Amino acid sequence: MIWVNVIIQGILVGGFYALFACGLSLMFGVLKVINLAHGDMAVVAAYVAVLLSPHLHIAMLWSFLVVVPIFGLLGYVLQRTLIQRSIDRDPFTTLLVTFGLSVVIENLLLELYTANGRTVDIGSIIAQSWHPGSIVYISYVSLVVLAIAVLVLAILQLFLSKSRTGRLIRAVADDREAAQLSGANYKHIFGIAAAIAFATVALAGIAYGMMTQFAPTSGGVNLLFAFEAVVIGGIGSLWGTLVGGIALGVAQQFGAHLNPQYQVLAGNLLFLAVLAVRPQGLFGKKTALA
Amino acid sequence: MGEHILQVRDLTVHHGQLCAIDNVSFELNRGEVLTMIGANGAGKSTLLRTIAGLHHPSSGEIVFEDVDVTRWQPHKRVSKGISLVPEGRRLFSSMTLEENLMVAAGQSRSLPFTVERVYELFDWMPSRRKQRVWQLSGGEQQAVAIGRALVANPKVLLLDELSLGLAPIIVERIYALVPEIVSQGVSILIVEQDVAQGVMVADRVHCLLEGRTSLTGTPADLTSEQIDQAYFGADMAKGSLSAEASE
Repeated sequence: MIWVNVIIQGILVGGFYALFACGLSLMFGVLKVINLAHGDMAVVAAYVAVLLSPHLHIAMLWSFLVVVPIFGLLGYVLQRTLIQRSIDRDPFTTLLVTFGLSVVIENLLLELYTANGRTVDIGSIIAQSWHPGSIVYISYVSLVVLAIAVLVLAILQLFLSKSRTGRLIRAVADDREAAQLSGANYKHIFGIAAAIAFATVALAGIAYGMMTQFAPTSGGVNLLFAFEAVVIGGIGSLWGTLVGGIALGVAQQFGAHLNPQYQVLAGNLLFLAVLAVRPQGLFGKKTALA
Repeated sequence: MGEHILQVRDLTVHHGQLCAIDNVSFELNRGEVLTMIGANGAGKSTLLRTIAGLHHPSSGEIVFEDVDVTRWQPHKRVSKGISLVPEGRRLFSSMTLEENLMVAAGQSRSLPFTVERVYELFDWMPSRRKQRVWQLSGGEQQAVAIGRALVANPKVLLLDELSLGLAPIIVERIYALVPEIVSQGVSILIVEQDVAQGVMVADRVHCLLEGRTSLTGTPADLTSEQIDQAYFGADMAKGSLSAEASE
């Protein structure tokens, strides 16, 4: 029964990792940009939710309705200005620029709001859980976050495979030049992909703030877990990211069960094992056009 | 509007230090098939890519339907009516045959080339439209690449090295479609290493040698000796680079 609980807790936290990681996966898959400020964007979204809600006289629980669209817009604008300019220079510039952005954001948050931890306050729901077995407790909040992650991934998958814009995003990801020759304005498509990535990371940031405390420097460690989830699942596969996130979560819970110190280590070991045995990830594709 | 649908004036293109296209001028008439021939490195592909907007010229102009499009983005040229079938086909490898076509398909249904119309042109396609393109043979992939360019409803179709890596019989079949496409009011600019094939479908031939025009004329006017000379530059040693043939 103990192991059942470990697996369940791993799946719950894995859902959050997948929600956090899908924007990263999209940015890398379509724009070929590794956004090192991805984690910090989530933290900024959580701060915006906390600070904006009192002004708007809404419960923090519903702040995502405002924050997510703002971040979508921010993603588009940031892509069309700063990120596109660094893409135009060369791929390494994007690493430097997003790293710089990360440093600026963390220090700005420290300067403005101190290093104290904060939470997105959702009242007493946070402490409630479903208790299906003797030692199994399933937090409602974690369960809702997992459900949101699955829902977001399903909608994103449907959007990418069925809609015209989604098709253009995939075309640009496959071959940017050929997409241009088919009439796609790739910079606009990049902007849309970045908007989706930022919207999902805002959702993930608020979810994080609901589940636990966040501080200006919380982004880094979550970015690492998101990277691992993407690589384990396989780059370019959304469901792979979900499976990767869950595999990472379960591994971490197993490690933590053996010894709390082993939590992160166990996740990293799984990550290294996947890289060694199956570098393209569990659902990654090796096939290329002949 | 003039009789020229596309005019290239004094075009010079550099790849870094290398001058790939050196002061080339020509025009494409409405409803015409013009074939560019030349050896590897003559600058043919660069020329087509520059017309499609993927390279920026160092100097010169590209005029399409009396509008200077030299500085336009590639996607804008596509919507105006210039489509390139790129060398190596460049299909979207993660997509099905039908999705490849739908990426480029216009919203209007009244234009001559819709996805359905392409399926009529290539009757094997409907039964395989759900297949991923990497499962198709080279010739089939080339057909999809042509179909993808057609559904954008170009007025000028640029075909880059259709014969590359394909069996002669397949190449012949693909070139057999050219008259059909022209009959829909499309003008075609072909770049081809396979001289015989390229010259056969052409109304006019333009030969490039090391980035310069070495010969122009109609297939009927040109002898194979002239073409050989223009293609290989056998004359260069004697110092007369261009053997301009009278049209």
